[in-house]
Amino acid sequence: MKHKTFFWFFLPTAMAMFLFIALPLVSVVSQSFHVPHDKVLITVENCDPFGCTSQTQIDHTLTQELYEAEPLGQWAGLGIYFDRGHLAITEVGEMWRGSSDLGDFFSTLKNLPFYRAMGFTLTFTFVVTPLVILVGFLIALAVNSLHQRLKGLMIFFSLLPMIVTPLIGSLILFWMIDSRGIIGTGLQVLLENPDLSLKASTGLTWVTLIIYGIWHAAPFAFIVFYAGLQTVPKETLESAMIDGATRFQQIFHVVIPHLVPLVAFVALMQLMDNFRVFEPIIGFHAEAHATSLSWIIYNDLGGETRLLSSAATTSVLTIIGVSILLAPVLVRTWREFNPKG
Amino acid sequence: MLNKKIAFAIAFAALSSSVWAGCGIDGGRVSIVGNEFPAIQAVGSAAAECAGGGVEVTKNLTADHQKINVQGMTGNPAEYTTAIIANSSIVALMVDDVIRPLDDLVAKHGQDILKHQLVTVDGNIMAVAFMANAQHLVFRADILAQAGLNPPTTYEEMLVAAAIIRDMGLMQNPVGGAYKAGWNIAEEFVNMYIGHGGEFFEPGTAKVSINNQAGVDALHMMKALSHFMNPDYLTHDSNATSAEWKAGNVAIMNMWGSRVGPLKSDEVAAEVASNTDIAGPMTVGGGSIPAATLWWDGWTVAKNISDEDAEATFLAMKHAVRPEMLNDETSLLAVWLIDGYEPTTASRGVVAAAQMGTKPYPMVSYQGLLHSALGAEIIDFMMGKEDAVTALADVEAAYTAAATEKGYL
Repeated sequence: MKHKTFFWFFLPTAMAMFLFIALPLVSVVSQSFHVPHDKVLITVENCDPFGCTSQTQIDHTLTQELYEAEPLGQWAGLGIYFDRGHLAITEVGEMWRGSSDLGDFFSTLKNLPFYRAMGFTLTFTFVVTPLVILVGFLIALAVNSLHQRLKGLMIFFSLLPMIVTPLIGSLILFWMIDSRGIIGTGLQVLLENPDLSLKASTGLTWVTLIIYGIWHAAPFAFIVFYAGLQTVPKETLESAMIDGATRFQQIFHVVIPHLVPLVAFVALMQLMDNFRVFEPIIGFHAEAHATSLSWIIYNDLGGETRLLSSAATTSVLTIIGVSILLAPVLVRTWREFNPKG
Repeated sequence: MLNKKIAFAIAFAALSSSVWAGCGIDGGRVSIVGNEFPAIQAVGSAAAECAGGGVEVTKNLTADHQKINVQGMTGNPAEYTTAIIANSSIVALMVDDVIRPLDDLVAKHGQDILKHQLVTVDGNIMAVAFMANAQHLVFRADILAQAGLNPPTTYEEMLVAAAIIRDMGLMQNPVGGAYKAGWNIAEEFVNMYIGHGGEFFEPGTAKVSINNQAGVDALHMMKALSHFMNPDYLTHDSNATSAEWKAGNVAIMNMWGSRVGPLKSDEVAAEVASNTDIAGPMTVGGGSIPAATLWWDGWTVAKNISDEDAEATFLAMKHAVRPEMLNDETSLLAVWLIDGYEPTTASRGVVAAAQMGTKPYPMVSYQGLLHSALGAEIIDFMMGKEDAVTALADVEAAYTAAATEKGYL
């Protein structure tokens, strides 16, 4: 393609990328480096239906002047990144000096919101992603070997978990695993433990969220692998059969090597999605036991007082986290497409 | 027949036009944002009567109102001309300076608004309150009678009652409470801390001071109560707690006055509904101030709108909470602060709360930051992962980080 043709062909995409990707990123990053001006506080008399009290309020005229001078707020540099709500440099340093061994250090680290969220997010990501790939692959193999007439129906049913909105799906399961719900009561009877509560224990809540994550994302892996299975060369499979390969050997030596690029694709998407885990935490009301970076952003923005700089900082940290996670897969893809540079 | 229809149409038109004429508005835009519980729905519908003849009334009543009201009032002209808020949520509107003082409009149109309805900040009228709310004791008369107990007046008595009810095998988890991680459990701590006589901040500053004996005692009382609750209590908000009550699993709880009505409705088993009774809030730790907070709900007028729209909004909202809106149905929805409201049986708890000198929820701009910090950090203590002093130190540290970011410290 000529350079000029390419330029005009690519221009709309470039414009869209600039408007919807680059600009918001610039906005988020610049927000994370600024904090609101210091509030000018005064003590005033407030009266309501229950009487009068003197309380501390903001002096708006003085605060307004500060804002007109510097509308973005104060320059904070990396201040928010290093505060207790995020990387907590000072607190981590103190814990490092105060803890006797590594195990002790990590258990005190869980007390800081960012590291608590990372603990769950990383566990979730690295347990759910491989299991989604495995389960999705097994479903694809199973559906592929079905009779032609049953396939359509089975594909539809296998996709259902993905069709259900995550928040609704997790809410339904939340009610079912309640200690008075059908699954919760069922488990109590099965395990003969009337006090068993999936929601009251951190470990069981994590297990629930992880199982939900696999249940929800497996159809995505399934449909990708199922499409891939349709392109497995028949000749190779047949010659493998003639050579006396068992079904397991056929899958291991023919099908899986053929699907490896798809595994990389599914892994990429799943790492990204699982790192941003959010809806199940809300749906399962699990914030007491499990938080994620996305949940922290939501919590900062949803309170009566919005913490915009804090939310922006967590967003930037999420982007950095996703980049680090994806780096190995991206580097690999880059090498495959550019052999010898 | 046709004549009849036409006559009816004319009569109807005349009726509806006389209604908006009754609001005394010449024209303008009224746009309401607020919470969605029944009492607020009634106020919204009453304001909508003013629509017509050049007056436009729209309303957006949703549980997510706090997430949209500031943004919706920041633009110029503002999307919402009025926000219905409570004493905790008005501060967010004042911090961002999006509501206007109402002194001139009250002087012009509001002589008949009761003095105690006017919420003033530094001498300026910022809101008109129309209802009060509080958490107080709700109990099952039949269960307490079987156990030979009187309704508890202190949290210590509540613990004793709970132990007796459990030991007698009447109920496994007799205590209820909206202890969901986040806003709800933080509200319970605020109640309990006030009941122990605690102060949240060093006077005149935004510097937090809750890591003291009152804070530790408050947490220990909450933990003691939680042993008598459904083990899933950290996921139970007011809705889930109400559901537990309706299912007959709970005998005593501290609950919002505005939530009691549905517990006695027809859809609840007769045994539960007819035995559900209320009393004033409880005290704790030998204190005299109830471990509860008083709340008001009221309306405001946006700053970034034309004076015409502001006047229309003021008149429509004043119409919505006028004495004539009280009838047999609406009287039961809330404890109204409106002239002519007669307390009903459903309002006994809130009225008792006011008479006992319950403190209002603090109307301080940084209280919301402390509330969020509490909701996130006292969970570790409730789950037994931390002691009370460490949990309170975490709350203070989380609050300090947030308040520093917002420029309060």
